[in-house]
Amino acid sequence: MTTALKNVFDRPVSLKDVATHYCPGCQHGTAHRLCAEAMDKLGVQQRAIGVASVGCSVFLYGYFDIDVVEAPHGRAPAVATGVKRVRKDAFVFTYQGDGDLAAIGTSEIIHAANRGEAISVIFVNNTTYGMTGGQMAPTTLPKQQTSTSPYGRNTGNDGYPIRMAELLSGLAGVSYSTRVALNSPKNIIAAGKAIEKAFRLQMEQGGFGFVEVLSTCPTNWGMNPLAANERVAEEMIPYFPLGVFKDVAPLAQEG
Amino acid sequence: MKRLFVKGNEAVAMGALEAGCRYYFGYPITPQSDIPEYISREMPKLGGTFIQAESEIASINMLLGASACGARAMTSSSSPGISLKQEGISYMAGSELPGVIVNICRSGPGLGGIDASQADYFQSVKGGGHGGYHIIVLAPHTVQEMYDLTILAFDLSDRYRMPAMVLGDAVIGQVKEALVPHPYQAPLDLPAKDWAVTGKLGRSDQRIVKSLFLGDGELEAHNWRLHAKYKQLQQHEVRCETENIDNADLVVTAFGSAARIVKTAVRMAREAGLKVGVIRPITLFPFPTAIYQQAASTARKLLCVELNTGQMVEDVRLAVNGKVDVAFYGRPPGAGSLPTPEEILDQIRTHCG
Repeated sequence: MTTALKNVFDRPVSLKDVATHYCPGCQHGTAHRLCAEAMDKLGVQQRAIGVASVGCSVFLYGYFDIDVVEAPHGRAPAVATGVKRVRKDAFVFTYQGDGDLAAIGTSEIIHAANRGEAISVIFVNNTTYGMTGGQMAPTTLPKQQTSTSPYGRNTGNDGYPIRMAELLSGLAGVSYSTRVALNSPKNIIAAGKAIEKAFRLQMEQGGFGFVEVLSTCPTNWGMNPLAANERVAEEMIPYFPLGVFKDVAPLAQEG
Repeated sequence: MKRLFVKGNEAVAMGALEAGCRYYFGYPITPQSDIPEYISREMPKLGGTFIQAESEIASINMLLGASACGARAMTSSSSPGISLKQEGISYMAGSELPGVIVNICRSGPGLGGIDASQADYFQSVKGGGHGGYHIIVLAPHTVQEMYDLTILAFDLSDRYRMPAMVLGDAVIGQVKEALVPHPYQAPLDLPAKDWAVTGKLGRSDQRIVKSLFLGDGELEAHNWRLHAKYKQLQQHEVRCETENIDNADLVVTAFGSAARIVKTAVRMAREAGLKVGVIRPITLFPFPTAIYQQAASTARKLLCVELNTGQMVEDVRLAVNGKVDVAFYGRPPGAGSLPTPEEILDQIRTHCG
């Protein structure tokens, strides 16, 4: 007797069959998978061009089975602008960390968003500089200890964590801006839907979509993965609320 | 074709469009804003893209992205803006990306002034950003050359997969003189851009444009490979104008707008019976080392004239390696600092004596 078995779980074709270099408990792997699943679902892997940033995710060409351009630190939205203007039919996304997008690359993200570039931006916010060893990020929470805020982030000296999803939602060029988290199965499912929505917005309406993904960095936080997930719920989400901050059709293009 | 009367900056823009450049990214700065102004007007008629970016940094990175897709693309700026672009130029060099960068030099350091200067020579020819690299550097001295060398910059840049710079200055950018545009024909032997990202489109391999190499020995091999390209340039792409160097007691050398003043002064010197020749490098990188060595075997002395306190003179001295004296006459930039032909003639008389 043969039973037709239905395959209910597989590796997305957009993702390579390799182990990542990410630390145990790091959620880049989860975020990569969600992006890959969304590309598969939309059928855009073969015309996808990823723009890698500087930080732990610089190696994303090693994990995604797509064409990739590596951008200088913070400049991914400008590089993606050049890519998309040439390859109008391609699916173009940047994948950036908090230091890259919210510190050194603030100018590039704000102006790419404001131009309403037809790209998707995945912003992984783990409140620290992962690759350089856990220094203070623009999203480091008040009183959070890092290797360059050993006494805790002092808002009087260092200012306050930047809420990028809210900030960008005020720009006319932005069609979709949302914040999601990866700390629970429920939140991961919601994050996958948000990423798919942003990708679909680019391909179907030519809109700029921004997905901020609250993520863990157990190594630099000095926590085990479970405690790290708890920190996301107890400390990060209260400061960086989950939700959709903007969801509108792209403004009509002139000319 | 018809003779036109245009500005040097306009000639750059016209040459770029003629060469098939359909993507321009820039940020306004004096004295080069005629370039984005011209292109913003003409590019839409050709179906191309003009973006006035938020910064010079964004402009060079948009160029990086467009070039990574295989498009002919450019940016232009002037000295302080070119400093901002150096990060991106280093990444483009490391990623082996073509792309044309125009520097219509103004004076510095810092905000300096808006007068013509050649003080960006070092920054241009020595690799202005981090990490040890070179770019192709072309130095026009007429409006016609602004057009011709911009076109050549695209071809050389594509052929060698490296950024190319057109190094002008405020004088050559703003001067208006005759230009005879000519239709562009792409060299038939330009290599296919089989490295450009397109999306996989059924390919089995990924295309990755990057400058990060962490594997054992990878980065060293990459650097030696880049170095080998620079040697190839030295062998095949040196361009230089010479006048009367075989029969000269003194050979005067200058590039760009300084060369125009030098040529006038040398003509006056010859009319006065002095035996004077000229070397005008057209490619500053690759540098015409062999021509200087040739001149050093017959002339008694060389004189290098620059609109700075002495930069190219170091490369001239390296080229002749002590065989003859190399004198220097420079005027650092600023309002009222452009030397007259008579001033250069005095120098020629001094060094011929």
